[in-house]
Amino acid sequence: MIELNNVRKWYGSFQVLTDCTTQVAKGDVVVVCGPSGSGKSTLIKVVNGLEPFQKGEITVDGISVGDPKTNLSKLRARIGMVFQNFELFPHLSIQENLTIGQVKVLGRSIEEATAKGLKYLDRVGLIEQKNKFPGQLSGGQQQRVAIARALSMDPIAMLFDEPTSALDPEMINEVLDVMVGLAQEGMTMMVVTHEMGFARKVANRVIFMDKGVIVEDCTKEDFFGSPRSDRARDFLAKIITH
Amino acid sequence: MNLSIFLEQVPDGDGPWWHMLASGLGWTLSTAFFAWIMAFTLGSVIGVVRTTEHRMLVRFGNAYVELFRNIPLIVQFFLWYFVVPGLIPAVKAWVITLDPTIHQFVTSIVCLGFFTSSRIAEQVRSGIQSLPRGQRYAAYALGMTQIQAYRYVLLPMAYRIIIPPLTSEVMNLIKNTAVAYSIGLVELFFRTREMGEMTFRYYEAFTAATVIYVVIAMTANRIMALIERRLAVPGYIVGGK
Amino acid sequence: MDDLDFDVIVRTWPYLLNGLRYTLQLTLAAALGGTFFGTLLAMARLSSFKPLALVAAGYVNLMRSIPLLLVIFWFYFLMPVIIQSITGAARPVQIGADRSAYITFIMFEAAFFCEIMRAGIQSISKGQVNAAHALGLNYRQTMQLVVLPQAFRNMLPILMTQVIVLFQDVSLVSLLNVTDFVGASVKIAQRDSRVVEMYLFVAVVYFTICFTLSILVKRLQKRIAIIR
Repeated sequence: MIELNNVRKWYGSFQVLTDCTTQVAKGDVVVVCGPSGSGKSTLIKVVNGLEPFQKGEITVDGISVGDPKTNLSKLRARIGMVFQNFELFPHLSIQENLTIGQVKVLGRSIEEATAKGLKYLDRVGLIEQKNKFPGQLSGGQQQRVAIARALSMDPIAMLFDEPTSALDPEMINEVLDVMVGLAQEGMTMMVVTHEMGFARKVANRVIFMDKGVIVEDCTKEDFFGSPRSDRARDFLAKIITH
Repeated sequence: MNLSIFLEQVPDGDGPWWHMLASGLGWTLSTAFFAWIMAFTLGSVIGVVRTTEHRMLVRFGNAYVELFRNIPLIVQFFLWYFVVPGLIPAVKAWVITLDPTIHQFVTSIVCLGFFTSSRIAEQVRSGIQSLPRGQRYAAYALGMTQIQAYRYVLLPMAYRIIIPPLTSEVMNLIKNTAVAYSIGLVELFFRTREMGEMTFRYYEAFTAATVIYVVIAMTANRIMALIERRLAVPGYIVGGK
Repeated sequence: MDDLDFDVIVRTWPYLLNGLRYTLQLTLAAALGGTFFGTLLAMARLSSFKPLALVAAGYVNLMRSIPLLLVIFWFYFLMPVIIQSITGAARPVQIGADRSAYITFIMFEAAFFCEIMRAGIQSISKGQVNAAHALGLNYRQTMQLVVLPQAFRNMLPILMTQVIVLFQDVSLVSLLNVTDFVGASVKIAQRDSRVVEMYLFVAVVYFTICFTLSILVKRLQKRIAIIR
């Protein structure tokens, strides 16, 4: 469903991504990990065109992301994305946050959008908060709403950019539980995270990046069992002893 | 200080002096009103344009702001009133057909409109740029176009953030209408000076003007504070999370 | 675009230069005087002696609520009377608009510099004041040696921007018939019927000076930011 081929990206003269090639098939749950500055967030952001890239190809469901003729807005509407800092819209109530994308981008009626939004809000366990505003919710609650917001668009795949990195420890699990549920239902997911417990539980593949290069791209069992590269081994050693 | 002067009749005019001042106030407020509409619209557009990725548009926006903020207001009044008709025959031809007061009124609105719009552009730009970058990404990730992102996500928050500096701009605009005196517009300051010169009761005239301007300033402040309270977002702390 | 004679500028250059000199002098005096009194006003506003703080706040708010033109005319009429009462003269002492303008602008700018310095003083952390007191410095020494130098340095770019604004505001004295740069140009324009040329010239000169100064201020801001 998602294919990257020799993707290269520069910020000015600094090369951020080098020859990244990988695929995410329907139903795959791929975890992308690596040290800071490895380019993992950038990798996720080029998939739905939030960041441009200079060389290589990316196709999502057959549509080329780099093609100037592609309608990026339409493509992005079909991919859900969850951000590290939640990025709920502060001036809109929770309910409005859930419906605005559906109404303005997908053209659904407000009744249909509200019904669907509230269904997902209930799914993440926050139905009583529907009239509150983002500033009144905790970080974990906001992130769960953000996931519901992305799901309301009925995406074909979900991208997660370090969804729990900005959360206080006691709230990480409530978000991970929602993500585990999604994975078990068969959602195609690409998740940038440090949470190796999550990876071990539901991922089927792990991509390890370092300095803009995909160093490891293998099944979960291979990665946790016997990674081929030293860098991956080092990284695992540091992370797992947490 | 003898306040009865305000009730005395204006020689060769109609009505007492306080009528004249009230009429001046009327011109002040109408000029400010129309100039604000022009400034807010134009300033918002230029401010937004300066936050897009198009380099040429950003440069144009920056040049626009620099032009109007580096020339004194009184000189800008002279440019619009004398130089533009002087250089562009079409404008001169049109201006000649106007009643002098209307000419001054329109010139004042145009001049103050452009002048204030460059300051508003600056506020709007800094308001938008103070928003976390992720807000823009989140809007795009939902599939919004650039216009939708500005309209539904960025501008609603940016405008709320800049209400305090916008309040200052409203007050500055009202004060700046007094500079229209330089091209002869019969606004409040003009009438105050006129009253002083014709009755030699400068203290009464200027005190009245001072009181009026202070009252206007306080009212404008109150109104903007009310607007800010109505638009406040529950739970939001300026500066974001 | 026919019939423009920019030669008039060359011919009347000394007169215009004189006007520019007046503008620069007034700007400098108001900048220095305004900063000095503005700092005093800021300290008054921040003082714990309530009546003083209220009076200072009232003065600042008044100056910021009424048009500068009104302030200019007020001082133009009040100065003779004030000087009369100070010197005990028989009747109000006329001092001319060009001189009363000095007092006007110093007093007016003081209100604006007050707000800038107040923000600057409040941005200095309480820790600094505590450290000074711990060393045994009294209020005056703390302000003079620790707080004000830092506040001033922090607010320098904003202060300089305000000076650029002041430089432009000075042009309003031309409406009192004072021969500042704009006043000189207006007089030439009216005398020689060269309105378009003179006003364009004035605009270009102001733009060049102010734009250059604002670029210098931006550069200064970058250097201060780096030093932090």
